[in-house]
Amino acid sequence: MNNKKRFSLPPKYILFILAIFCLGAMFVTFATKVSVAPIKNVVGYVIVPMQKGINKVGGWFGDKTLEFKTLEEVKKENKDLQAQIADLKVENSKLLQERYELDRLRQLFELDEKYTGYEKVAARIIAKDTGNWFNTFIVDKGEKNGIKKDMNVIDGSGLVGIVVETGDNWARIRSIIDDSSNVSSMVLSTQDLCMVKGNLELMSDNTIEFEKLVDSDNNVAVGEQVVTSNVSGKYLEGILIGYITEIKEDSNQITKSGYISPAVDFEHLSEVLIIKNLKEQPHTEE
Amino acid sequence: MRRVIMDTIFIVILFLLQSTVFKWLSLANISPNLMIVITASCGFMKGKTEGLLVGFFSGLLIDIFYGDIIGFYALIYMVTGYVNGFFNTIFYDEDVKFPMILIAASELAFGLIVYVFRFLLRNRLDFVYYLIHIILPELLYTIVITIVLYRVILAISRFVDGLGKRGEGQVAE
Repeated sequence: MNNKKRFSLPPKYILFILAIFCLGAMFVTFATKVSVAPIKNVVGYVIVPMQKGINKVGGWFGDKTLEFKTLEEVKKENKDLQAQIADLKVENSKLLQERYELDRLRQLFELDEKYTGYEKVAARIIAKDTGNWFNTFIVDKGEKNGIKKDMNVIDGSGLVGIVVETGDNWARIRSIIDDSSNVSSMVLSTQDLCMVKGNLELMSDNTIEFEKLVDSDNNVAVGEQVVTSNVSGKYLEGILIGYITEIKEDSNQITKSGYISPAVDFEHLSEVLIIKNLKEQPHTEE
Repeated sequence: MRRVIMDTIFIVILFLLQSTVFKWLSLANISPNLMIVITASCGFMKGKTEGLLVGFFSGLLIDIFYGDIIGFYALIYMVTGYVNGFFNTIFYDEDVKFPMILIAASELAFGLIVYVFRFLLRNRLDFVYYLIHIILPELLYTIVITIVLYRVILAISRFVDGLGKRGEGQVAE
């Protein structure tokens, strides 16, 4: 009982001190853009391997108890796993074959020929944002694999998002359906520019909205492809975002807005490709 | 000391679960908020100090990993833990309804605060939509998880306290 009295600082003082700390930290990170990357990196070294671990055993965290199993059980399991590896090898070669086929087909259709030329890194999504308000996720590749901030992220079908933060062995990606995402883009056929914005209200319908489309000739119709624009500061040109599903004139009679169905299936995303080429641009303010 | 280790393990495990397993188990894109459960539980089970410390570190972990502004979630969770600490005096172990009401209230307050500071301030005015599609589903799901998780936290917490008492007793002799 006595040793409990040793740290008898009243809770309201602790609350006060920590609240000051929080407000200070908020102010520092918000106002001065001081990099907190070192802290994030250290924590990343502890948390990311664990997140990876959880993912590797297929999400069944109970597998942690493996360590306590007897050696024989582990051996038996090892055998099973070996068999599984063999299976996977077969499957892998099949998938490789299919990839070659896909490449061939892509060439045939001259589909997205613009961005097959970039150097890409495949990364696995290992964790998502803890809350339900935003749509960001963590992948298992980081600075050690050459990932840098502002690199574009795609999957086989189109634009997924952008790298907003990196650690040594992880990177955080903000998807284009995230509420705070803005992508400068254009309609492929007419080269008219517009802004594509994520919106939480639309996330469950798996759509995103676009606005500020200047289309004085009324050429843009439903079903047109929308790609990233040539004037975008961070996104490489010509990556497919999605297809227009709805279009309407704004009240100012000049611009148009509407909805886009993204090319990427964000619900079932497990692996992404990070394009290592950064958009080159003169260094100006954001 | 034992409680510090236990709380640390709780925070890390729940954080890992929330960012991985429960994202797969999400219903209609909504996953429960486990961090608020542990924060609120520690608050009313063990008092203001432990509540606010657990809240602070849970929030800080989220800030470091997913936050754009360090300190934002830390502050919210910390205050949540502190306020729950006020109910420590009338807290009674066996009754699961009272903790659930507290956790639900914490979760609701959390949702509202996040909406106001992260969305309303960016001119996203459609409050009813966010209430129906994010805040309330998250609340419901969290309550359902709480029914199970609260008992687990309570059991482990008691077990650890029991260990502590036995240890102290031996030293005293």
